[in-house]
Amino acid sequence: MRALLIAALLLASPALAVLPDEMLPDPAQEARAREISKELRCVVCQNQSIDDSDAPLAKDLRVVVREQISMGRTNPEIIAYVSDRYGDFVLLRPPVKPSTWLLWAGPFILLLAGAGGLIAWRRPRSSSSPVAPLDAPLSAEEAKAVAALGDPKS
Amino acid sequence: MKRLLFLLPILAFVGLFAVFGVGLTHDPKLLPSQLIDRPLPEFELPGIAEAPGGGPGFASASIRGEPALLNVFASWCAACPQEHPVLTRIAEEGVPVYGLAWKDVPADSRGWLEKWGNPYVKVAADEAGRTAIDLGVTGVPETFIVDKRGRVRYKQIGPISPEQWTDTLKPLLAQLRAEA
Repeated sequence: MRALLIAALLLASPALAVLPDEMLPDPAQEARAREISKELRCVVCQNQSIDDSDAPLAKDLRVVVREQISMGRTNPEIIAYVSDRYGDFVLLRPPVKPSTWLLWAGPFILLLAGAGGLIAWRRPRSSSSPVAPLDAPLSAEEAKAVAALGDPKS
Repeated sequence: MKRLLFLLPILAFVGLFAVFGVGLTHDPKLLPSQLIDRPLPEFELPGIAEAPGGGPGFASASIRGEPALLNVFASWCAACPQEHPVLTRIAEEGVPVYGLAWKDVPADSRGWLEKWGNPYVKVAADEAGRTAIDLGVTGVPETFIVDKRGRVRYKQIGPISPEQWTDTLKPLLAQLRAEA
């Protein structure tokens, strides 16, 4: 029974948003359409690609992508066609350009800053420590302070 | 110096808190239009038969000569009736308002216009939604302000409130009218 359940879980595949009537007859072209659709964000349900989304606008855009493929456009041309209308926002992989440099370099800058901080932290303290070793005899000043506390036995 | 290092994480926290706090005030649903200062994409769409005031539809080239509004609506749109009185007022003030029924069955658009009244000088049906994609429409209602030369100058996402009309759109239209 358990094996059956595990098998069912392993064999289950996510439901496809792409409907059979949208698909292109040529499997190679359809594969390209899927590949492009996965790069494009659905503008209605923003954290899904148009390949994942059931929104009507996502369906329209999938149809546009397939039409463009049938017209012989290349993948970058088709992605440019969509981003020309909806902006860089629809690209799930943001382009590298001056306004996104911080976005792309940010994690590495943080990593370097963290590593720098860690190295500075772990470096042994300089030996000229102001604290006297524990077994040193009391200085005159310290002896006076102890005497001022009084004899605990009295 | 050591004390400053101790403060560093707190400063970093405050900085991030401020950045994300400001980020929360932005609505991610509001996409900036790619069409600003670009000509209206070309289209020629059929009208909605027998709608009150509904004529033969219109083409993008006909929105020219004087600043106008292009309003995208649909009978299935929940916020459109809320915007309707404002559009009616804008039309009454003499601004041409063009209507684009997005992904709507023409009979439903007609019913909607009969129910609420038709504020538009012309109405066209974009049943397939292709013109809306060229316009970069993400939802309804959306409104474009088109200048004399047929270029898009402003895009309003969501219903126009009376305040937005008097404070933003109306002054912009006056400015566009004054342009050569």
